Amino acid sequence: MSRELGTEPRERLMSWDPPGRAWGCFRRDEGRRRPFSWEVRANDRSYHKQFKKKFAFCLTKKKYSGNAIKTAKYNILTFLPLNLYEQFHRMANVYFVFVILLQTIPEISTLPWYTLLFPLGCLLTIRGLRDLIDDIGRHQSDRNINSRPCEILSGKRFRWQQWRHICVGDIVRLRKDSFVPADMLLLCSSEPSSLCYVETAEIDGETNLKFRQALLVTHQELVSEESMAAFDGRVTCEEPNSRMHSFTGTLEWRGESFSLDSERILLRGCRLRNTDLCYGLVLYAGFDSKIMRNCGKIQRKKTKLDRLMDRLVIIIFLVLLLTSLCLAVASGLWAKTFQENHSYLSALYQHTTPAQQAFFSFWGFTILLSIIIPMSMYITFEFVYLVNSFFINWDLEMYYPAKDIPAKARSTSLNDQLGQIEYIFSDKTGTLTQNVMTFKKCCINGTIYGASENAEPELCHHKAAAQLGLSWVPATCPCLLQGLGLTWRQQEEKLDFCKVTLLEAAQQDTDPVLREFLRLLALCHTVMVEEKGDQLVYQAASPDEEALVLAARDLGYVFLARTQDTITISELGLKRTYKVLAMLDFSSERRRMSVLVRDPQGRIRLYTKGADTVILERLQRRGPSETFTEMALDHFAQETLRTLCLASREVSEAEYSSWSRRHQQASVLPRDRAPQLRRLYEEMEQDLQLLGATAIEDKLQDGVPETIQLLKLGNIKVWVLTGDKQETAVNIGYACKLLTDDMEILEEKEISDILKAYWVSNNNLSSSREAFCSGNLSPQRPEASRHKKRALIISGDLLDKILQTEEVLKEQGRLRRWLAACRATGSQEQGSLVEKAFVDLATSCQAVICCRVTPKQKALIVQLVKKHRKVTTLAIGDGANDVNMIKTADIGVGIRGLEGMQAVQCSDYALAQFRFLQRLLLVHGRWGYLRVCKFLRCFFYKTFAGLMAQVWFAFHSGFTAQPLYEGWFLALYNIFYTACPVLSVGLLEQDVSAKKSLEFPELYVIGQQDQLFNYRVFGVTFLHGASTSLASFYIALWAFQDHVGSKAVGDYESFAVTVATSALLSVLVEIILDTKFWTVLSFLMVTASLLFFCLFSFLTQSVDAFRLAPTVFRFPDASRNALTDPYVLLVVLLSLVVNTIPSLTIQLYHSMAGKANIQQKICLKAKRAPEPSVELRAHIPRGSARRRSSYAFSHQEGYAGLITRGHSLRSRAARSTPQLLHPAAAPPVPPLPTPSL
Amino acid sequence: FQIDYTGTEPSSPCNKCLNVSWDSSAPCTCTINFTLEHSFESNVFMYYGLSNFYQNHRRYVKSRDDSQLNGDNSSLLNPSKECEPYRTNEDKPIAPCGAIANSMFNDTLALYLIENETTVPITLIKKGIAWWTDKNVKFRNPTGDGNNLTALFQGTTKPVNWPKPVYMLDSEPDNNGFINEDFIVWMRTAALPTFRKLYRLIERKDNLQPTLQAGNYSLVITYNYPVHSFDGRKRMILSTISWMGGKNPFLGIAYITVGSICFFLGVVLLIIHHKYGNRNTSADIPN
Repeated sequence: MSRELGTEPRERLMSWDPPGRAWGCFRRDEGRRRPFSWEVRANDRSYHKQFKKKFAFCLTKKKYSGNAIKTAKYNILTFLPLNLYEQFHRMANVYFVFVILLQTIPEISTLPWYTLLFPLGCLLTIRGLRDLIDDIGRHQSDRNINSRPCEILSGKRFRWQQWRHICVGDIVRLRKDSFVPADMLLLCSSEPSSLCYVETAEIDGETNLKFRQALLVTHQELVSEESMAAFDGRVTCEEPNSRMHSFTGTLEWRGESFSLDSERILLRGCRLRNTDLCYGLVLYAGFDSKIMRNCGKIQRKKTKLDRLMDRLVIIIFLVLLLTSLCLAVASGLWAKTFQENHSYLSALYQHTTPAQQAFFSFWGFTILLSIIIPMSMYITFEFVYLVNSFFINWDLEMYYPAKDIPAKARSTSLNDQLGQIEYIFSDKTGTLTQNVMTFKKCCINGTIYGASENAEPELCHHKAAAQLGLSWVPATCPCLLQGLGLTWRQQEEKLDFCKVTLLEAAQQDTDPVLREFLRLLALCHTVMVEEKGDQLVYQAASPDEEALVLAARDLGYVFLARTQDTITISELGLKRTYKVLAMLDFSSERRRMSVLVRDPQGRIRLYTKGADTVILERLQRRGPSETFTEMALDHFAQETLRTLCLASREVSEAEYSSWSRRHQQASVLPRDRAPQLRRLYEEMEQDLQLLGATAIEDKLQDGVPETIQLLKLGNIKVWVLTGDKQETAVNIGYACKLLTDDMEILEEKEISDILKAYWVSNNNLSSSREAFCSGNLSPQRPEASRHKKRALIISGDLLDKILQTEEVLKEQGRLRRWLAACRATGSQEQGSLVEKAFVDLATSCQAVICCRVTPKQKALIVQLVKKHRKVTTLAIGDGANDVNMIKTADIGVGIRGLEGMQAVQCSDYALAQFRFLQRLLLVHGRWGYLRVCKFLRCFFYKTFAGLMAQVWFAFHSGFTAQPLYEGWFLALYNIFYTACPVLSVGLLEQDVSAKKSLEFPELYVIGQQDQLFNYRVFGVTFLHGASTSLASFYIALWAFQDHVGSKAVGDYESFAVTVATSALLSVLVEIILDTKFWTVLSFLMVTASLLFFCLFSFLTQSVDAFRLAPTVFRFPDASRNALTDPYVLLVVLLSLVVNTIPSLTIQLYHSMAGKANIQQKICLKAKRAPEPSVELRAHIPRGSARRRSSYAFSHQEGYAGLITRGHSLRSRAARSTPQLLHPAAAPPVPPLPTPSL
Repeated sequence: FQIDYTGTEPSSPCNKCLNVSWDSSAPCTCTINFTLEHSFESNVFMYYGLSNFYQNHRRYVKSRDDSQLNGDNSSLLNPSKECEPYRTNEDKPIAPCGAIANSMFNDTLALYLIENETTVPITLIKKGIAWWTDKNVKFRNPTGDGNNLTALFQGTTKPVNWPKPVYMLDSEPDNNGFINEDFIVWMRTAALPTFRKLYRLIERKDNLQPTLQAGNYSLVITYNYPVHSFDGRKRMILSTISWMGGKNPFLGIAYITVGSICFFLGVVLLIIHHKYGNRNTSADIPN
């Protein structure tokens, strides 16, 4: 494996910035390499005030901004103009303003002015109010932050002031647990070596402590307030930027200059921990600070339906224009007849030609029909999304009581997409697994200890142990420790591994191998121990290590303390101190670590633990116990446990001294140090004696196999992308039922073969490439997949190679383009063909596991699938290494796990456990999709059904764009008369209950296939709406043509009211029929609609309103006159019946004939074939007897470097006299583990 | 019952009047005789019907000033721009302005019963044909000193096509000026190019006689309204009205059709239900 696992932390740091931007910045800055222009002088405010910079035209502002921040967008004066300006960024709003302006031209003004202005005004007001409330919140938080207290050095002493008063160059004193107010250079702190611990939870969400260290010179010199006041250092550094983890600059003081890096900087927003006091020099304040520079705009992800909706609105708009055009042409033709024959009209045409008339009519119709463009749809849509997100947040089934974490929809606009997922890309560690390791079993000297599968779990607890008389673990252990002034954290004390026999054996202390085994566990590691009150807290680089040390502790070998070169352990109550001679640290290539110790008797021993393959080949001899251990390893691997081999050997004094000398030399080599050391390590780790093997369980999260099973039934493919090794990944794959025994597993070789075969045949037939590209893979693929399921396991390296071939091809393509431009396109196709071939292959497999992939590759894979499959993808992960993937996928889900909050902060949905994903997708996702689709369908339907009658009326009014409806009806139709029931459909509709949704995951398929809303459904909706409007219009028309009566005798107002009422009622009845899930709210909404209709009809048609403004309220008493006429009521009833019968019939037919009802089909199917049980069972690997053993170290190297350097170890004696370090020599060290509070 | 009196056929008595124009001063009168087969028992409504007359033409519909009609004095003398080109005539504001008013239906219909060679005129009531709201709210005469409409309308001129000004539409003061019911009915524009408007009422006098008994009648038309240029038709309709309006075949046929379709569908669905329904009842997903 050539991939260096040590790159992981670096990747993690980089992933904070969107990769592209970060790299772009680097390149640009490196290219210029100009001297830094940001100069900060300590304690010199006047110096900074003199600088100005231009920011717009000839306006200038201070170069060094103050520390007050303002995130609020508006103030009292600017709210209205700015907010309106922002709102008119929406095309729809601009369009409506344009139409309203058009309306002011009398020639073409077909609608009264208020018809469009009123709804637009309503929408603008609603949105404006929302923005206002948001902004008031921002104002408040700004005020709170700006007035936080802090101590600023002014004159000779520190004074309490507010954050807003901080200026660049000030020296600030911070106390424990306070927030850092600005980006500061750490000058000194109350801790030894001027260390300073910060928590960056506010910045990147990570809760572990990081340390910063002051320069030696400032640490030594600035000891009093006077010296602080006299400090006149000058810092020259880069201009403010958004790179959180990089900083370069120099401090000049007393004629010397010191280089500064990000380890010296306290960033705004960090929180000071475990440090009583620290002093800092403000470098960037307010908006110049890195965290503020990072507050970028969040890019809104758009869902498939969003895009479809946008396209539909455009289509509607185009159709509208086309209709207007046709009607305008017709009006031109009619104008001629009107002008010539209709004497009562001809005067109206006196000065215009038919062509002009047609032109005016075109605009008139555009205005008239613009009401069909669903203006209020977007805002209603947003509301539906918002409330559905609340449903996710409120769902108790997705609440994780153990950690008090509810599900959280961080993005409120993706709910429908949750119902359309086809591919899930999952991280492994912390997502599928708990990232909690437990020591399960071990094999010592050929004897297997540890409970068998069917052991009673209660037996394992120490209650049982006490019953068996093995009482010393709970009893003696504390006694021993009390002697040392320590006790264990009893509440966390849980002996959850079952090793009664082992405990017995350890207690008897007869077997020397067993003793060595446990000693190794207690000695050979890089765990740090901290005293926390009277408790010992272990901080390990990886959870496996911690598990091993804890196991040793429970068995009586307690790791007590560590100094730079000693390890103190308590062996069955006996305190022994070992001198550590050398630490041969873990690396991903060595796959083992060793420690060389001199025991109190003076003997030197080497203790090694490592992956079985590595250890087994370095053994001194192979006896029966070794063979038995190998069998045990096989056995452990079958139980999906992570295994590790332990070995040791005695080292003679002579051998050590010669080795030690060379080691000393090698470790100071200026170059090639690492390979030299590796060679030396190799030399030492020979002729080992096998002690035994351990087995650690990487616990799966609850319900993971069941969830994956369900998702698979829902036709969702789950890909596991992990940085872990192949064996581990495959193990987990089996454990969580992603892989099953009947699967054919394609590995590196098979994949290359298939792709190569594909590629060769492709190249030979490059001329007919197009035709072949689909044909080549497919003959193999369906054939294979038809007969057996296949799983693909691919490593990051191979992935790189595959995608590199593509790069190479692109290179060739570029070359070829130079030579012959005409062939260039062909080769580019070739490039993407490789990708496509790979994606084709991968997607044809039942399961895909990608191991050893970097965060960048994770994102790349997601992108590949998105690009070539046009599917909706979901990425789920918990760590910072998943951030790229989460951002790339259509939906990112973050698990709030142990690895900090970064993934959650970039995600769209945050969950506590992987198993909640099934509910999120199968219940909320499906409902969300259903609701949004039904909502859209109803919305479009009601718009068409209600308002298309205007078009039909044009045929009977000589194409003169006379509106059919009264202005107020049009104004209120979309907002008040029909919005409510549609909204209730969007909010609460469900077809089957949550329980059924989970029982029948097959129902999920409708979302993946876009069945509920697509162009076809839209077309059907359009036709349905058109026919409803046709029916309402023509029934009224025919009824009125021959009608005589005392009141409504075919006059325009009665006619308008009749058509409007029948259309409105038809729409309401249709929505009522379409609603499958009735709640009180649905009922209220329908009632509210009717009430609104009556109320507003009454208000706008009242006599008083007419008297007030005869030109605005033109229809006095029209409804009352018309709707009290029984004849009109009969007409309304007739059109209602005519409109309802077809949809009612179709619905009845469907439900009765059992035709094409997916649910029922599935029910039948489910009845016939009961679900396969999903129980965890061990599997036997097919084919080779390959063990899935692994050295379960996590990706990072341990703290060995830090330990042996001894910087961070705070010996009790050395606390008052800090060690002197040369700052430049300190390489970046991993974050120091410190006890968390 | 309806009579087309347009007079397009040469045989029609009104054929002579076919080519009247708006400004012809001499009225053309024609008489059409007809026979009622059945008697009309209750109150009879008399309508005139026009077809191919686009009263719903957008610019025509807009060509009026509601404020003026509502009795607003300033609008009376300064009508809205919407009325163009019927806003002013010879620099005097037109009252009522606009194309609708200008094209007001001005045929006069009179009905006579021919009984034993003598013609008995039938009383036609002109009031009560407009909506209450229109008569009392929407349309009001301008206000001022006294009730002399002539004075109130001073400074205005009659619409171009009208033979006489608006304050001479009727002799009764409560049916004159803007609140003349014929005028109001005309101003309530029709929705469709073929429309009817209520013209007169014939009230039943006593309980013994039918309102209109079966027999011969003659309709005397003062033919002023030109429709021939646009192929329009003019009709006179007599109808009684029940609680749900006049006699109308459409609604009845429609209801019978829809009813039969419902019945048919019901039967079909019932059959389907019996044939296939049982198979799936067990598979329903209860919510």
